[in-house]
Amino acid sequence: MDILIWLIPVSLILGLFGLGAFVWTLRHHQYDDPTGDAERILLDDWDTRPKP
Amino acid sequence: MTISACPACDAAPLALATAARAPHESARLILSLPNVHCAACIGVIEAGLVTLPGVQSARVNLTLKRASVTALPGINADMLVTALARLGHEAHELDATALSSTAIDRQGRDLLMRLAVAGFAMMNVMLLSVAVWSGAGDGARTLFHWISAAIALPAVAFSGQPFFRSAWASLRAGRLGMDVPISLAILLATAISVSETLQDGPYAWFDAAVTLTFFLLAGRYLDHRTRALARSAAAVLSALEVPRALRIGPGGPQTCAVADLVPGDLVLVRPGGRMPVDGVVTDGQSELDRAILTGETDPVPAGPGSLVSAGETNLTGPLTLRVTHAGANSSLHRMADLVAVAEASRGRYASLADRAARLYVPVVHTLSGGAFAVWFALTGDARLALNIAAAVLIITCPCALGLAVPAVVTAASGRLFRRGLLIKNGTALERLAAADIVVFDKTGTLTFGAPKAADLTGHDPAPLAVALALAEGSAHPLAQSLAVAIRATGVRPAKLNNLCETPGAGIAASWQGKPVQLGRADWVGAVQGDTTATCLRIGTAPPMVFAFTDRLRPGAAAAVAALKELGLRVMLTSGDGPGPVTALADQIGISDRTARMSPADKAARIASLTAQGHRVLMIGDGLNDTIALAAAHVSIAPASALDAARAASDIVLLGADLAPLPDAVRVARIAVRRMRQNFAISVAYNLIAVPFALLGFATPLMSAVAMSLSSITVSLNAMRMK
Repeated sequence: MDILIWLIPVSLILGLFGLGAFVWTLRHHQYDDPTGDAERILLDDWDTRPKP
Repeated sequence: MTISACPACDAAPLALATAARAPHESARLILSLPNVHCAACIGVIEAGLVTLPGVQSARVNLTLKRASVTALPGINADMLVTALARLGHEAHELDATALSSTAIDRQGRDLLMRLAVAGFAMMNVMLLSVAVWSGAGDGARTLFHWISAAIALPAVAFSGQPFFRSAWASLRAGRLGMDVPISLAILLATAISVSETLQDGPYAWFDAAVTLTFFLLAGRYLDHRTRALARSAAAVLSALEVPRALRIGPGGPQTCAVADLVPGDLVLVRPGGRMPVDGVVTDGQSELDRAILTGETDPVPAGPGSLVSAGETNLTGPLTLRVTHAGANSSLHRMADLVAVAEASRGRYASLADRAARLYVPVVHTLSGGAFAVWFALTGDARLALNIAAAVLIITCPCALGLAVPAVVTAASGRLFRRGLLIKNGTALERLAAADIVVFDKTGTLTFGAPKAADLTGHDPAPLAVALALAEGSAHPLAQSLAVAIRATGVRPAKLNNLCETPGAGIAASWQGKPVQLGRADWVGAVQGDTTATCLRIGTAPPMVFAFTDRLRPGAAAAVAALKELGLRVMLTSGDGPGPVTALADQIGISDRTARMSPADKAARIASLTAQGHRVLMIGDGLNDTIALAAAHVSIAPASALDAARAASDIVLLGADLAPLPDAVRVARIAVRRMRQNFAISVAYNLIAVPFALLGFATPLMSAVAMSLSSITVSLNAMRMK
């Protein structure tokens, strides 16, 4: 069962990574306009070159 | 900067730099875009706005159907609206200050953050618990308990704060709210688990503590989201009425905010405009539409010396007013104070959840306390007794109760929102389900508040042709409506000379050498009837009367019939005269009607019905309905209503059609049935689990299963909203 010494921290770090990602999206107002963001993917304005 | 061949390439960074240097000088404008619906619209609108000179950035929010624009100070919303109209998009200016919903947004994000932390902790602790439940050995079990503690303690400390704070507040106020047993269960579960872990005990309840926090926060968040959505939609409605006035300064009329007006200022009100303040007419002749204040459909003449109140509409000629009362002293605001008084009486309503909590809290505390006392008396083992008491508290903890109401309200409000009804108040559905009498207002609620010429078949074509020619020369709403009606019969306008309008009276001309007049009854020399009418006089012949009826909203008759079918008594109260009220009531089948009701009469009527034990649903739009709306058990206002009326009502009807009204009652009744079922489900789970807990057989596994199953059943039941 020595493997637990590795597995538990790894699983916790992975979980914390997910939590951190969620907090980051929340801080960057990514839930303010879910419908709009879903539609914006269809805009082709910046398909050929990156948005400046 | 390098020199390039393309001037635009140089100009663009320059413009950007200028914009960046003066960010504090730019203004933020918000536009409402009711018809935006797809990616193409977003592209067209954003590109269209950004290319306008002076606009720095534009961003469309499709969820809220709004665009927020940052622009240089010289740019105003009208320019943006016309630019968008050219692109084929309808837009309205929104009052940016009325939309300061940042506090609510922050609260929502805060709850979501706590929910995420609780969710993370729940998943990890649950995984470790599964290992314990599947029979981890002594050493491993204690290790897992320690790791769970390391995750659960900070998570509970952070995520449980909303409950702890609210429980503390209610304890200090000397009440036992639902949050007291919740906080107690969470804290006791954590404390017992820590002490058991220290003593290498077999059971720790860390998973229960975090699961409980997670499910209850989910209920809180749903509740918050429903209210925030309704509030932001309601804020859009108020923000659409940007309070502006034309103040006459030394350099002529200038637009200013209504809030800046002070008594003594001179204000110009153009025909079709609404009076921004209370005042005295100093110049001009016109007619006023007071329907929104009194319910009367007949226009009232106004001239120098007449008193006008904020909210009235100016019909024919421009008027200059001297402000007598502005802002908080105006009649609009005095009405708002009366509304606050009426609302306070309704604030005593105890919601289903409150009533459930009132039953539940003492029972749970008694059970848990009793379990501790009995076990301690029987065994003398304080640790065992405390463990059992905590188990009882955890198992009975109202996970499902916390979700029972918010989940149903979210499902029902979402459904009604798609039908065009905005639920502004959390308990509105419960109160709507209990209503047994519907009281309708007439003008503006059952009707559009806009006149339509009555039957014209009895008239000869020749006078009709004269009337049409006269009516087309005036901007008065009665004249316009008459012109449309006569045109529809196929009559062509007669040829007139010397057309001349007298504001506030009527329009005159000469026809084949005879003087002709169209206007108010007293002006043309006819007898004033009790219905809305305009009169035509040709030469010395007796005057002809054109009667008007108010245009009925679509679905009015069907809605009244459906409401009766649902077992509600339907009544009509109006500030208008008996003639139009009776005609309309007969047309849509309301036998119980009262005319000439003042605002206080309406409120008194509702109070007397309430005193008889009835629950009244009031549906009204005018300022004269506002007190009644606030006094009724539950109230609905159409979106076209005055701001004050919408603010006083619980539900706003967004479309022009009245057909969703019976649906609202039906959905509200289903919603209340679902809430009761949800309470029954959570009580049933408790009835099964509590005996186990009292006898000391409860394990963390059992509580985890019961908690999750009851929460999921309750949520699924809520979604069964047809």
